Amino acid sequence: MTSWGVLQFPGSCDERDALHACSLAGEARLVWHEERDLNGLDAIVVPGGFSYGDYLRAGAIARFSPAMEAVAEFAGGGGPVLGICNGFQVLCESGLLPGALLQNEGIRFLCRQVDLVATGADSVFLHDIEEGETLSVPVKHQSGRFYAPPEQLDELRERGQVALRYAPGQNPNGSVDDIAGVVNEAGNVLGLMPHPEHAVDSLTGSTDGLALFRSLAGVAA
Amino acid sequence: MRARVLIRPKEGILDPQGKAVERSLPALGFEGISHVHVGRLVELEAEDSSRLSELCEKLLANPLIEDFEVQEIE
Repeated sequence: MTSWGVLQFPGSCDERDALHACSLAGEARLVWHEERDLNGLDAIVVPGGFSYGDYLRAGAIARFSPAMEAVAEFAGGGGPVLGICNGFQVLCESGLLPGALLQNEGIRFLCRQVDLVATGADSVFLHDIEEGETLSVPVKHQSGRFYAPPEQLDELRERGQVALRYAPGQNPNGSVDDIAGVVNEAGNVLGLMPHPEHAVDSLTGSTDGLALFRSLAGVAA
Repeated sequence: MRARVLIRPKEGILDPQGKAVERSLPALGFEGISHVHVGRLVELEAEDSSRLSELCEKLLANPLIEDFEVQEIE
């Protein structure tokens, strides 16, 4: 059974939903930001929220936490890491993923359901998802506009690191090339602004988010 | 030394905050104001100023999206 660790920073707010989503694809526990020991864990989720109050820039301070140092080492050794929303911002700030997340084009905080299109990128979190498949998942953020300088963006496209795009006409925040999520070169680190952990129960409208958690569980099993 | 670090969005990157401020000005009767950009200001005191630049690159600014400038105060 896949053993998941969900990081918890002061200011995290989606760690409980992430914990629940992970528990539908294995067993899961919280990892407090001061913890360094990830022994026994097969996969890590860096959840959404406002780590350390998002002071300075979203994710800028969380990156220096003891837990994130351990996660960087874990990811470096090929360990699967999923960053959602603020977690995506943290992974970009850490250099574990390329690019940066800027304030939404329209400045406002957004909260809405969006369709994501899978690009067929190779990642342990996307094995169960076909190229072109659409996932209905909510977004809720104020700084979700993915940006990478033009030359880096070309590299991302060439290397197949764009993992998920907002469906045509649904880009909520002005992200370059409609990018909603990217993977690292090795495919073991995935970051996305939308919230798959909020889409795991039909009670809240969609269960499409489960595929990411189950893909990893299937690969790890 | 006492220093002031100015952090700005890099040129060419859309700055919606600056745009919003710029667009609100005519309504208040301020005409002829353009190229408004909103950044951050960090003030600090450093015993050793030799590593200020490194500190800015690692934490205060994200060099991918922001430029910074260190100014000595006094």
